Formats: sequence, structure tokens, C-alpha cells
Amino acid sequence: MFGKLSLDAIPFHEPIVMVTIAMIALGGLAVVGAITYFRKWSYLWTEWLTSVDHKKIGVMYIVVAMIMLLRGFADAIMMRSQLALASGGGEGYLPPEHYDQIFTAHGVIMIIFMAMPFFTGLMNIVVPLQIGARDVAFPFLNSLSFWLLVSGVVLINLSLGVGEFAKTGWVAYPPLSELGYSPGVGVDYYIWALQLSGLGTTLTGVNFLATVLKMRAPGMKLMDMPIFTWTCSWANVLIVASFPILTATLALLTVDRYLGFHIFTNELGGNPMMYVNLFWAWGHPEVYILILPAFGVFSEVISTFTGKALFGHKSMVYASGAISVLGFVVWLHHFFTMGSGASVNAFFGLATMLISIPTGVKLFNWLFTIYQGRLRFTAPVMWTLGFMITFSIGGMTGVLLAVPGADFVLHNSLFVIAHFHNVIIGGAVFGYIAGFAFWFPKAFGFKLNEKWGKAAFWFWISGFYVAFMPLYALGFMGMTRRLNSSTNPEWTPYLYVALAGAVLILFGIACQLIQIYVSIRDRKDNLDVTGDPWNGHTLEWSTSSPPPFYNFAHLPQNAGLDAFTAAKRNGSAYKVPGRYTAIHMPHNTATGLWMGLLLTVFGFAMIWHIWWLAGASLVGTIAVFVAHAARDDQGYMVPAEEVARIEGERLKALGLAPAAPVHGARVEQLERV
Amino acid sequence: MSKKRYPRLFGILPFLGMLFLGGCNMTLLNPKGQVGMDERNLILIATGLMLLVVIPVIIMTIAFAWKYRASNKAATYTPDWSHSTKIEIAVWAVPVMIIIALGYFTYISTHKLDPYRPLESDVKPVTIEVVAMDWKWLFIYPEQGIATVNKIVFPANTPVNFKITSDSVMNSFFIPALGGQIYAMAGMQTKLHLIANENGEFDGISANYSGAGFTGMKFKAYATSQADFDAWVSEVKKAPKQLEKAEYDALAKPSENNPVELYSSVPANLFQTIIDKYEGMNKGKPHHHEGKEVAAMEGMDMSMHSAAGAEE
Repeated sequence: MFGKLSLDAIPFHEPIVMVTIAMIALGGLAVVGAITYFRKWSYLWTEWLTSVDHKKIGVMYIVVAMIMLLRGFADAIMMRSQLALASGGGEGYLPPEHYDQIFTAHGVIMIIFMAMPFFTGLMNIVVPLQIGARDVAFPFLNSLSFWLLVSGVVLINLSLGVGEFAKTGWVAYPPLSELGYSPGVGVDYYIWALQLSGLGTTLTGVNFLATVLKMRAPGMKLMDMPIFTWTCSWANVLIVASFPILTATLALLTVDRYLGFHIFTNELGGNPMMYVNLFWAWGHPEVYILILPAFGVFSEVISTFTGKALFGHKSMVYASGAISVLGFVVWLHHFFTMGSGASVNAFFGLATMLISIPTGVKLFNWLFTIYQGRLRFTAPVMWTLGFMITFSIGGMTGVLLAVPGADFVLHNSLFVIAHFHNVIIGGAVFGYIAGFAFWFPKAFGFKLNEKWGKAAFWFWISGFYVAFMPLYALGFMGMTRRLNSSTNPEWTPYLYVALAGAVLILFGIACQLIQIYVSIRDRKDNLDVTGDPWNGHTLEWSTSSPPPFYNFAHLPQNAGLDAFTAAKRNGSAYKVPGRYTAIHMPHNTATGLWMGLLLTVFGFAMIWHIWWLAGASLVGTIAVFVAHAARDDQGYMVPAEEVARIEGERLKALGLAPAAPVHGARVEQLERV
Repeated sequence: MSKKRYPRLFGILPFLGMLFLGGCNMTLLNPKGQVGMDERNLILIATGLMLLVVIPVIIMTIAFAWKYRASNKAATYTPDWSHSTKIEIAVWAVPVMIIIALGYFTYISTHKLDPYRPLESDVKPVTIEVVAMDWKWLFIYPEQGIATVNKIVFPANTPVNFKITSDSVMNSFFIPALGGQIYAMAGMQTKLHLIANENGEFDGISANYSGAGFTGMKFKAYATSQADFDAWVSEVKKAPKQLEKAEYDALAKPSENNPVELYSSVPANLFQTIIDKYEGMNKGKPHHHEGKEVAAMEGMDMSMHSAAGAEE
């Protein structure tokens, strides 16, 4: 009836896990209670959970990302404290079966459930606005993508209390991840959490590529798209090309584990090396999926806060494209030590180095954007400058690892850990936080508190250096990754310092939470009335903050590069339009939510071999989708009067006289639902 | 200034100094074998080359940000300046030149430091066959007919030819003080050539996570004089244990923090038998690579494993 699932699956004997579960349960109850007490369920349902508005979906993505940042960071600080306690012969407080789950979960959560949704959230909020569109190409699909991500999040967090998570490292290399060496449900949680969220990511990639190709404001050329939209688009190209590899690879591992195949096993002709190749054929493009949008954020931040056009916009676009293409021919540098031979290793080493050329160009372009500018030291700028310095170091250590001869001694050491945290924290995460502060007023209509934002920056950057510079040193001392204790007394002081660094980052995260609280409390003092709080260049600043659900009362016409700066200069930026017309918008739908829910049940049933439930939930998912696809919903028209009313309020706030709606005006047919 | 503040600050300094100037304690920067030394030199050359561009970028970041701060009204302000062909050429050319130089060193060193390439030496090499197990290392000395667990001894200044496989999941065979590592994979044989330039005791590890007992999967490598090595071999030959089938099967069961074991005898071709047992569908494929050391220049020596062709 319940497959492999029984009460034994709940780790009652592990106090750390049980206390965590109790706290999560209490927190969850408090949230549910608060929503009920303030009677917000229907608001939550109609305005958020069933919304197909790209801005609201974007906000929900970022909420998920931040919750997962806390979860992933909890894992991180547990690992650092374990290694600090278990150094020089100590035992520590985490047994291997628990510790090994933690480092696996940390990697998966931070990459798949923190960084990916953070980038996707920013892209959701910003990209349609930057290209002057009213939504994405497929609004329902966008909602479905989000709920697929939530499915993955639910599954990976369920593994904490029901069963176990994978004890394989986030790469889940076979044969360790095969049934013979990992008979538990951990790897199955890994497979289904990644499959479901990965499917969502693929759909996001398709959706946003279609959006930038087909939904740009009339007259906007591809090369005139703002740089953030461009870097996101390159990331989406990478998603569409690489995520199917992950899906296929996990499917092959699934048939090995569920149907007794021998694709990646040691015996009967299986080939684990094939998995390693396939995994990184996805895994390496994946890191560029994370970093390219962050590059876009830095470009927007720097050009806005210097009050200058971005230096070398075209150069940046081509550099991002070069990074994307080259990102596909470097995967073998993750395993030079497999013994592929000197010629193969040399090829992949040199290909990897080539990537540092367009990346270097980008750094210089940011420098020359600052050059002869008027740089305002806001929090997003602090993150950007911190990135430029930190990422230079991380890029250098990355190229060093691309030299096969050097990699032979540094591979899998803490040097590698230091390197990729150097580029992922100092690159992607700094970028997302900068983007969060930069576009927060656009999404919510008020600015974030600067003081707490800068405090967060200083804690994060100092914490980063204190936590990870010792790991570079430990790598040179021969300490390898994924150890749960150490006996070498020389490593101990470095491990203590690294823990102190993690604590500094904890303060940084605390500052960010306080920043959000203080900013909401004092929102009246920081309102963004104009919709253009930073004197921005691009179209998202031309509409109100937060934008009306239809984004633009009139679609921008012939928007060129830095279209809003041009409009402000020629005086057309705040011109009151002569008339308003009705706007075509999509209906909200709960289909994505139901499909996500049913697929979560499906994943759970597959993990625990509850076949009847798996079958039922899969059939249910398909039925819900067919029902959605079969209904004849062409969306609805927002009447011109309604548009006039909403725009009138904004114009009043700006001190301009509102215009009247024109009855019976030609309907703008802007998009099909 | 109160007197109290200084001693506290100074108390931190030696600690920081120890952390960041303690390079001489760093195994990889102070290797004891020729391969490790070459790899260390490569790391230093590559880092130096890259610092040529990284240091200016960091200095420019700070200098530009400071000079063009909004409050500095004296600085030039050109809001529309966004293109300069000269600068564009320079920003592409500088990284290109650095990468050409680095690429040259990479290409040369990748071939020179290929772990499959036998080391040049007048001394006859010692062969050690390595088997990664859950979670210990089995070492077989085919020429001496002995075997050990979690301990190897070999003469210094003598090339050591490691032949490596796994009887379990993937591991990575690594003696950081001597030089690079290579994966140990079931059904396949990889190779590593190392040499110790002086006598000493070195840590050996698995550098690829392999499950619950991974942390304890350590061994000691001792480089000794030829005489001491010969003495050690004859001592092991007197060891009570012999690695016959039952003993091997017991050893192959998962165990953590395994103690050192010495075996006075070992079945001929045990190493090959361990590889062959994963042969699967390709039983009986001829071993055409035996004894051809240089063949390793091209790809992996995975002769027993047809599926390995996936990489070719």
C-alpha cells in the first residue's frame, strides 16, 4: 500500500533533525495562522498563487530563493562547525551518514533551489518590462514553471524528515549513486527533485526566448535590447540546450535504479564515466546560466549609477555569446584526472582559457563605464565593485584549475571549493543581491534601506574572504573536499578561521533580513513616486513602481538603446497620452499550481515506490492539463476607462493632468493567451 | 590612544601571518618529488602570468571608482561616451595575449606532465598495483609478490609506476607531496608515474568522495633507501597473512579506518582478475595492451572495457 514508506522513515533518533523539523513546523503553523488571522487566504490565492503576472511570479521565485538561501546556509554553517570541531582528531557532532547528506543538500539547494530561482525571479520581473512587453509569451507556462520549481523544493525539504537525502555529493556520480552502493531513497529524492525543477527551468528557457524574440515593443531591434535582457537571453539559450541533457542523464540513472538497467553501473557493460561526461555537459553550461544574468545586473547597475551609457554594449553582447558557446566545449575540465590523455586534456584546458578572454573584456568594459562617470555609491554599486575585485581573483584561480598540470594536484581539493564559491558568491550571488536592491523599488514601489544594505555588503564580503581564503590555503596543504573530520593539526587554525567567516556571512544575511523589515516599516519615507528612482536608462523605469498589471498603458514605440534616457532628454518621457485604449490580458489560472501539486505527489510516490499513487497522480496531472488546454479562454479586455483610472492616479502623483479615455477606440490586440 | 588597544591588535598579527605566510608548510608548494615540483612551478608561472592582468584590474577598479565618485565634481564627466575602438581593441588584445602565453605553457606542460608518461630515469622503476576498496587501499607489488593495505614503501629517487583500479566506486589516488592524482575506476586501469626525490613519510589519500568511510581512506607512503626497501620487502615476505581468495573476499567487505595489513604472498594476476570481474558482456576480450607503457599517450588504458570507448 505505501511502498517502502513506513514510520521508520522518520529519523526520530536524530535530535538535530527532529528539532529542525519542529522549528519548521512551528514556523509553518505561525505563517498559516497569521494568514488566517488577517484573512489573507483569498488575497493570497487570487493575487499571488494563481497569478500569471510575470512580476508576481518573479517575486514568488525570489521569496523561494531566499528561503532556500537560509536552508542552504544552515547546511553550510553546520559543515563549517563540524569541520572546526572535528579537526585535529576530534569527532565533531555529525556522524558521516548525516554529514554526507548535508554537503549533498547544500550543493543541490544552493545551485538548483537558491541561485536558479533567484536569477529566474529577477528575469521574470525585469525582462518583459525592459523590452516593453505586457507579459511573457506564455503566461500560464510561466506559472507552471514556478510550481514545478516548488515541487522540487518540497521534495528536497521532505527528505529532511521523511527518509534521507542523497549521500553522494551534489554530482551524484555513479556507481556510488547506483542501487548497489546507495540502496536508500536519498538518491531518488535527488533524482525527482532535480527532474521536476529542471523541467520547469527548461520551460522557462523556452518561454523567455520566445518572449524576447516575439514580444519586443514595436520597433525595438535585438541589438537594442538592454544588456540584462541580453545576458538573460544567452542564459536561456544555454538552458534550452543543456537542461535536456540533465533530464536525459537523470532518466538513465532512474532506469538503472528502478528497472535494473546497467547504463552507469560498474558491471554488465555499464559505464559510470558516461554519466560524469553527461553531467558536466549540463553542469558547466549551468554555471554560466548562473553567472551571465549577474553580469547583466552589474552592467545595468554600473551604467545607471555612473549616469553613463554602458561602455561597449555590442562588445558585451558578443562577449556573452562567446561565453555561452564556449561554455559547451569545456566540460571535461571537471575531470582531467580521469586519465583521458594529454591531447584531450590540453584541448579542454585551452578551450576553458579561451572563456577568460570575453570575461576579461567584460571587466574592462565595466571599468571604462566607470571611467569619466559620476559614480553614486549606493548598495548595488558596492556589490558591483566587490564583485569586480572578488571575481578577478576567482577567475584567476579558475583558469589555474584549467591548466591540467596544475589541476592534477588541485583537483577535488578545498582549493576547488574556494574557487567556485569565489565565483558563485562573488559573482552570481553578489549580482542577484545587487539586482534585488536595484529593482526592488520597481517591484514594490519603495526603496530598500541603504544603511542595512551596505552593512550586509560589508559582512558578506569580509565574511567571504575570511571563510574562503583559508580554503585556498588548505587546498595547497593537501586537504581534499567532502572530508567529515581531519587529523592534521596544521589545518585546524584555518578551519577555525573559515568558520568565523561563515559567521560573518551569517551576520550579512541577518542584515539583509533586517533591511527588508526596516524597509517595509519605513516604506512611507522611501516611496518611489516617479517610477524612476535611480535615473535609469531602460524602459522598466518609464512605467510606475510597482507597474500596473498591464505594465504599459501604451506600448513603447521604436525604443532604441537606453530608450528611457533618450525619452527623458527629448521630453517625451512623462508626456500625457491623448487617449487610452482597452488592453488584452490573460486570466489567472490555478492549473499550474494543481499540476505542481500533483507532480509533487507523483515524485513522492516514485521515491517510495507507491506505484498506485504514482500512476494516479500522473494521470491526474495530465487530466488537469488537458482540461486547461481544452477550455476556450482568450483572456479578457481591460476597459479603456479602467486604464485611464489607473494611469490617472499615477499622473496625479506625478503632478500631471490625466487624459480621458476614448470610448470605442480601436482595440490594441497585443498578445494571444 | 590607550595602551590597551595595541597589544590586542598585535596578538592577531602573528596569527594572520602564520595563516598567509605559512607557505613553506604547504604540501603542494613544497613538494618532495620531481612531478610535484614541476606542477608547483607550473602553478607559480600560471599565477604570475594572470596576475599581470588581475592586479591592474583590481587597482583600476578601486582607482576609477574613487576618482569618478559622484562627489568629485572636478573629474571629467562624459555621459554619452560609450565606444572607443582603440580601447575595444586593447581590452580584447590584452586577455588574448595573456591566454596565448598561458596556452603555450598549458599545452607543453599537459604533455610533459601527463600522468601516463613514464618518468625518465636510469634506475629501474618499481611497479605497484593499486586497488581502491570500500574504504581502504590495497597495494600489490607484482615483482616482489607481496601486498599491503594502507601502506606503501618504495625507494627514493626511483620511478614508481602505479597501475590503478577500483573494486568498488570511483576514488582518486593521490599522494599530495609527490605530485598529481588519477581516478581509480572499476573494470578499468589508470596509470600514474611518480618519484620521490628524498626519503620521507608522505600522506596518501583518496581525493574523490566514495561514501561513508571516505574520510578514513588514508594511507602512508614511505620513500626509503634501496637497502631499507629491500629489508622491508623481505620482512613483509615473513608476514603471517597471505592474500588468497578467502582473505581477499573478507578484505573487500566495507570497513572504515582500516589498519595497515601486510601479506607475504599474493595470487599471480590478482590485479587483472579484479579488473576482469567487471568485464560484463565482453568476457574474453584479448588483452592486447599488456606491457605497452607508451600506449598510454593516447587516451586511457581501458583495454578491458569496451564500453569505455564512449570517450573516444
